[in-house]
Amino acid sequence: MEAYLRPAVIFAMIFIVFNALIMASAVLVLAERKIMGFMQQRYGPYLVGPHGMLQPFADILKLLFKEELRPKGADRWLFTLAPVLAIVAAFTAFATVPFGAETTLFGLLDEPMKLGISDVNVGVLVVFAVTSMGVYGIVLAGWSSNSKYSLMGGLRASAQMISYELAYATALAAVVLLAGSLSLREVVDNQAGAWFGFIPRWYVFLQPLGFLIYMIAGVAETNRAPFDFPEAEQELVAGYNTEYSSVRFALFPQAEYINMVTMSAVATDLYLGGWHGVPFLTELGLGWLVFLAKVGVILFTYIWVRWTVPRYRYDQLMAFGWKWLFPASVINLLLTAALVLYFNG
Amino acid sequence: MIPLGHYLIVSALLFAIGTAGVFLRRNLITILLSIEIMLNAVNLSFVAFGRFKGDLDGQIITFFVMTVAAAEAAVGLALVIALFRHKESLNPDAFTSLKW
Amino acid sequence: MAETVTFYLLAGLAIVASVLVIGQRNPMYSVLLLIASFAALAGLYIQLDAYFVAVAQIIIYAGAIMVLFLFVVMLLNAPQEDAAEWDRLHPLRRPGVARFGATLAVLLVVQLVWALTRIAEYDAAVGGQAAGAAVGSVREMGRVLFQRHGFAFEATSILILVAMVGAVVLARKEGPDA
Repeated sequence: MEAYLRPAVIFAMIFIVFNALIMASAVLVLAERKIMGFMQQRYGPYLVGPHGMLQPFADILKLLFKEELRPKGADRWLFTLAPVLAIVAAFTAFATVPFGAETTLFGLLDEPMKLGISDVNVGVLVVFAVTSMGVYGIVLAGWSSNSKYSLMGGLRASAQMISYELAYATALAAVVLLAGSLSLREVVDNQAGAWFGFIPRWYVFLQPLGFLIYMIAGVAETNRAPFDFPEAEQELVAGYNTEYSSVRFALFPQAEYINMVTMSAVATDLYLGGWHGVPFLTELGLGWLVFLAKVGVILFTYIWVRWTVPRYRYDQLMAFGWKWLFPASVINLLLTAALVLYFNG
Repeated sequence: MIPLGHYLIVSALLFAIGTAGVFLRRNLITILLSIEIMLNAVNLSFVAFGRFKGDLDGQIITFFVMTVAAAEAAVGLALVIALFRHKESLNPDAFTSLKW
Repeated sequence: MAETVTFYLLAGLAIVASVLVIGQRNPMYSVLLLIASFAALAGLYIQLDAYFVAVAQIIIYAGAIMVLFLFVVMLLNAPQEDAAEWDRLHPLRRPGVARFGATLAVLLVVQLVWALTRIAEYDAAVGGQAAGAAVGSVREMGRVLFQRHGFAFEATSILILVAMVGAVVLARKEGPDA
């Protein structure tokens, strides 16, 4: 019984996570437009379904029924490969993110099972590696469309992504210094407990600068405002996805939203204590609810920032990434290393 | 268990493929790519031997090889860009002005 | 059993992708195929219990070096290789130098395989060796890297600095005072 139950549960978990990510991108489409609407003192989508709840489904249906175009000079294979690469990288990045404590499913399983699709002992690096593969989807989309707007958008987007990867990785390195391990699950478990009984032992309190750097780099990595110049409608038509339509187009914003979810999940795991923080829920095995709540807060912050702050110009963006964020990140790392050395021997 | 020799043969094949690419291709970028293939073959060899020996020296050397490969790719590509600006061609046979 | 199948799959993918890399006329396809080859090699490293090296391979090679190649190919709008008549022939049948080079490459393969199958440790099982905790542990690797190979590490950082400055200087456009 146990021999069949475990693979079935693992399969169910993978299935749920996969569908949850797809649903999350749909929900985020709606959330973005609703929140944007409320911030602009209007209601946002209102007609489709109760209070506009079914808007994303209407959007997806519309996209599915559109005509699949391909420009004449576009490279046949690469034009289709690019969105596939983008979405595969987006999904794979979430595979190493743990989202819950070990659970025995209320006693059904003999051995506790970790909530998370896989737990590699170099998890932090794997997330970084796979998100740096996401650059290819955008670069190939830009190049294979055989159009000048796409090419410019693709080049700028990929240059931006690889520039902010530096600050991102250095902020990660500072957290790894604190935790002493590269496994995401261990980083989360190091954040259990509380000081003085009520301040949770999260790394955001030990590394405020690092958290800020990570969030900024995360926003830049996912090409979200204020760093979304590559897909700015006012400047570049639609940037790298100008020539795309229907399903191939739909995969790009979906990949972007899933990347957002992954960034938020990794930020929650690294800085906000993952599923720890609410003691009685963790004992009940419902830590993943806490996790989801924290991810939701960060996603709201993403959307909030997008509709509040104006967009960076491209050269300002690159200057900021190289001249301010990366040195700040290095200083953060050095400070963390010095303090860890001082306090731990 | 996979015998050590299998990994070494894969490494040898990759190295030979890279060498063939350097000999046979008339495009500077493909030549640089073939050099990267050769470096990777060597990396595989190092890691396999390191695992066979049981310690970490193989993996450490791999880091240095990767770093040198990155530096070499960067400088090589900068040279290719400079050459292309001069001659508008990526064919190494076009850069023969020093031949006597 | 599963291990052997995985090994043959990954090794086959790496070799086939590499052969296709040197056989493509369009350099963009070559770069993408090489990324696939690197991913297969990363899988082989994982099989050899070198987890950190595998992830470093993806980050450095597939994620950074290949992006650099991709940028250069796009920037130069790299022309496809001249489709000379003899280019379509199999390398072993092309005239002159190309045939000599191809023959040498085939000879190299034959010679290496012959030599490797004769070494004493050919059948040594890789994996399951004693080393235990030292294998694949990042902490241990950091210790060895910074203590025994500290000088090489620092020298490498200077190398990277030199390469960065060199690449920027070589690739910049000549100014009006050139």
